[in-house]
Amino acid sequence: MTTTPAIEITGLTKSFGDNAVLRGVELAVPAGAVFALLGSNGAGKTTLVRILSTLSKADSGHAAVAGFDLATQTAKVRQSISLTGQFAAVDEILTGRENLQLIAELRHLDRRREIADDLLGRFGLTDAADKRAGVYSGGMRRRLDIAMSLIGDPPVLFLDEPTTGLDLQSRNEVWATIRDLAGQGRTVLLTTQYLEEAEQLADRIAILHQGTIIASGTLPELKGLLPPKKIEYVEKQPTLEEVFLAIVGGSGERRDGRPSTAVSR
Amino acid sequence: MTGHALRDVVALSKRSLRHVLRSPDTIVTTAIMPVAMLLLFVYVFGGAIHAGHGKYVDYLLPGILLITVASGVGYAAFRLFSDVDGGIFERFTAMPITRSALLWAHVLTSVVANFVSLVFVVLIALAMGFRSGAGLSGWLAVVGLVLLFTLALTWLAMIPGLTAKTVDGVSGISYPLIFLPFVSSAFVPTGGMPAPVRRFAEHQPVTSIVDTIRGVFAQQPVGHHAWVAVAWCAGLLLVAYVLAMRTFRRKLS
Repeated sequence: MTTTPAIEITGLTKSFGDNAVLRGVELAVPAGAVFALLGSNGAGKTTLVRILSTLSKADSGHAAVAGFDLATQTAKVRQSISLTGQFAAVDEILTGRENLQLIAELRHLDRRREIADDLLGRFGLTDAADKRAGVYSGGMRRRLDIAMSLIGDPPVLFLDEPTTGLDLQSRNEVWATIRDLAGQGRTVLLTTQYLEEAEQLADRIAILHQGTIIASGTLPELKGLLPPKKIEYVEKQPTLEEVFLAIVGGSGERRDGRPSTAVSR
Repeated sequence: MTGHALRDVVALSKRSLRHVLRSPDTIVTTAIMPVAMLLLFVYVFGGAIHAGHGKYVDYLLPGILLITVASGVGYAAFRLFSDVDGGIFERFTAMPITRSALLWAHVLTSVVANFVSLVFVVLIALAMGFRSGAGLSGWLAVVGLVLLFTLALTWLAMIPGLTAKTVDGVSGISYPLIFLPFVSSAFVPTGGMPAPVRRFAEHQPVTSIVDTIRGVFAQQPVGHHAWVAVAWCAGLLLVAYVLAMRTFRRKLS
């Protein structure tokens, strides 16, 4: 693993007309981390991800991804990244398997069938492999989407609001998937507007607010920014989520098809 | 690098041809309106139209072929629009591929899909009594000219495919293109039109293309019409290509 950060951003700005969306973003994402970029709607998260994934150009400032300069080594950056956009970008008319094989073909890889079969298995999509992605549930679509991003083993993954619009069970499926991605030397930058999501998944969190990073660090570090905690006694009530999952039986279908035991957590 | 570009075009064309194969209705609906016009004009209005000595279906078919292409490129625009709207376009552009392959794949698919629709229309016309004594070289010339026309219109259709905000906006590209043959020699000879209309009709691309195809089918000399037709198609293709590529690059900056 390298010591250079997977993503390094200095003084990045971007405006659309009079609207300054990014106003000097400074950020370093260590390699191998799951990094959450937290911010409300309109904070500039998607704009930042679009710039980092070469879809848009910054007005000023510097950024490097996987050690390659975004402005001058664009082709190398594209080799090193994968983008899972805000809406599951799968081909709805192709089957799950065909979607995976297409991406493998575009990455000029051989043994495409094996690659597809392997990912279908890992993401619990083997049974649905030959169905059109258009009939997949939201969670399955997202899983296929993320599986497509892993083809060619890019060291840096961008997940833009991976669970927005998903129901609770699909969200839990996607969370499990993202947890599996971590700890393989891969860097994941995920954007989210859900505090809980950042808390659940990320090693490090940065808060993007009105176009600048106003805080960045591990969860304990961020918690340290607050006034010292005081201890209160609160009766533990089951959350609605726990009730819902207990009634419907687990966090949805697991990879092996058995209901999971989220209730006992 | 060019090897890669070709592989990318092939991979993406396979994908987009699969889209066409899985909704074959688009090929049929592309052909239905031109076929309906063919039937309507030959069997309803045709009796009242005096368009020379031959059968009216022989006179009409070339224009109907152009209308088929005009309605077919609407689907090419729609397929590109769906990619942009659904987010898969962004996924592809963030990948290490030749970006222009994204457009070329849709263009090639459009050419193939239109060709199938055109064959369908010609078969219907044959069943309605269309005959041509043109030999292989004549048919190849017609195919070549229609292909050039298809390429030009498809590149034009890429522009709304990239820029449209709604599905309705994207399919709008077909309407003016379908209308153009009506103000040309496609349905009736231009001789009976009032002077200003006639001037327009005789100097717009459809008339020269239609006259050329008609001449080849009838094995008559096509004269300068052929060069004017080729020049129109090539010019239109060049302009449409440049504009589409510029729209494409602007979208990605």
